[in-house]
Amino acid sequence: MRKTIYTDPSIQSSEITPEPVFLNRRQLMKSAGGLASAAIASSMASAKASTEALVYAPAGDRSLEDQLTPFKAVTSYNNFYEFGTDKDDPARYAESMTIDPWSVKVGGLVNQPGQLHLEDLLTGFDLEERIYRFRCVEAWSMVVPWVGFPLSDLLRRFEPKSEGRFVEFKTLYRRSEMRGTRSFTGVIDWPYVEGLRLDEAMHPLAFIAVGLYGKTLPHQNGAPVRLVVPWKYGFKSIKSIVEINVTEAQPRTSWQTLQPAEYGFYANVNPDVDHPRWSQGFERKLPSSVFRPNRVRTLPFNGYADQVADLYAGMDLRRDY
Amino acid sequence: MTTEGRRRSWAGLLELLRQALRAGQLAPPWLRSTFIALLCLSPLAWLLWALMWDQLGPDPAKVLMKGTGEWALRGLALVLLATPMAKSGWPGLFRYRRMLGLLVFLYVTLHLILFAQVYVGWSATLLFEELQERPYVLVGFTAWLTLLPLALTSTHRARRALGRSWRQLHRLIYPATVLAWLHLLWLSRSDWGEALVYGAVLGGLLAWRVRRWQH
Repeated sequence: MRKTIYTDPSIQSSEITPEPVFLNRRQLMKSAGGLASAAIASSMASAKASTEALVYAPAGDRSLEDQLTPFKAVTSYNNFYEFGTDKDDPARYAESMTIDPWSVKVGGLVNQPGQLHLEDLLTGFDLEERIYRFRCVEAWSMVVPWVGFPLSDLLRRFEPKSEGRFVEFKTLYRRSEMRGTRSFTGVIDWPYVEGLRLDEAMHPLAFIAVGLYGKTLPHQNGAPVRLVVPWKYGFKSIKSIVEINVTEAQPRTSWQTLQPAEYGFYANVNPDVDHPRWSQGFERKLPSSVFRPNRVRTLPFNGYADQVADLYAGMDLRRDY
Repeated sequence: MTTEGRRRSWAGLLELLRQALRAGQLAPPWLRSTFIALLCLSPLAWLLWALMWDQLGPDPAKVLMKGTGEWALRGLALVLLATPMAKSGWPGLFRYRRMLGLLVFLYVTLHLILFAQVYVGWSATLLFEELQERPYVLVGFTAWLTLLPLALTSTHRARRALGRSWRQLHRLIYPATVLAWLHLLWLSRSDWGEALVYGAVLGGLLAWRVRRWQH
């Protein structure tokens, strides 16, 4: 029996875009614009369903490169309570979150309030890679190669007013797509809110990530856009941001509101201030194993003290934890 | 699967279970207790198998801590269920109370060893610090300490030697249950669901005893 395949006579086969090229049109366009990167070659090979390769400037500081946490660990062990409180819940359930279309509303005390859409975030800024330590308040840590741009680049575009002192961030809250927010016994008041002092937010290390390991963020890591503040505990690095406001008053952040004795507004990594639940003097650097737990000493400001300690000059960090 | 099909497969499963129980009653006692012991050890076997084949993710200790802790609580519920069931005409479980109790102690001890290995690195100073500063660690450790004399006096000889005070000593299972549940409650951070479910089951089993003592 002969098989017949339907072909549209008006389209020649030479005109059909090969799938990898179609999927990667974004960086092809960008590379044409002159922002070429070694990432293109690898991106052509792997066009996975949900993440897309990005074009970015390679990290300048590569001192942590040999300590990178494997991609699988970074994307299978997450805290994203909107999808459940177990570490593997986000990888299992976050796929249900719609990330395209996406927009981030930027407002509050700014001269140019407005919105950023997914395309603006992925192509409207000069993307670069940053290899950062990531320290969770639960005493585990990772080293992650993020892709994104400095938070200050974003804020400057909207021109914060002089009376602005803080920046507030909000995560998407969509009950229908986030099973964790539908829990009857949960006590977090959604949406998840985080905040920084404006000078912290303008610090060159404060980073907006749109990708990791060279590709757009997987859902469980806070797709499509998240904050990364490497000298603070991980819960400050809010995921899947939909709103950014410059404010005069200190934002009411989620964990601090829930348990003020346990979580401070600053939440700087500090081995000398213990959390009531976890000793902060050590961390398990993942991947960890039972026989080799990989416990290492935690560094003040997660190893970024040289660069950020000035922000807190004159403050009592035992009180303002 | 259709509703009808699902109902039929449930009925089939129930029938299978009934036949298995009947066959079990014919089996010699040693075979029955071996079977029950293996059944109770299967969660542990599964965890160890997954650990060996690297199926527990980047932080296996965390999964093992959670697993051993939760199965210990479930086992505790089973132990506490034995008496109410026996009083209601189901003596089956009652015969295996000691074995179940010892298995609970095994899970709790593994839980503690894991904590020492992974979280405090066998440092006495750090362990002391954890006990002092973190109430849930103190409460959990106290629960283990409470179970320790029960495990040590579980032999027939100890039971005979202790006479009437053996029964009194073994009432320590009740404060141990309360401590174990407090340990879980204190670990809850943003969702109380799990602590509430365990609280309802364990609380119910303890309440049954309080009611009986009052009569």
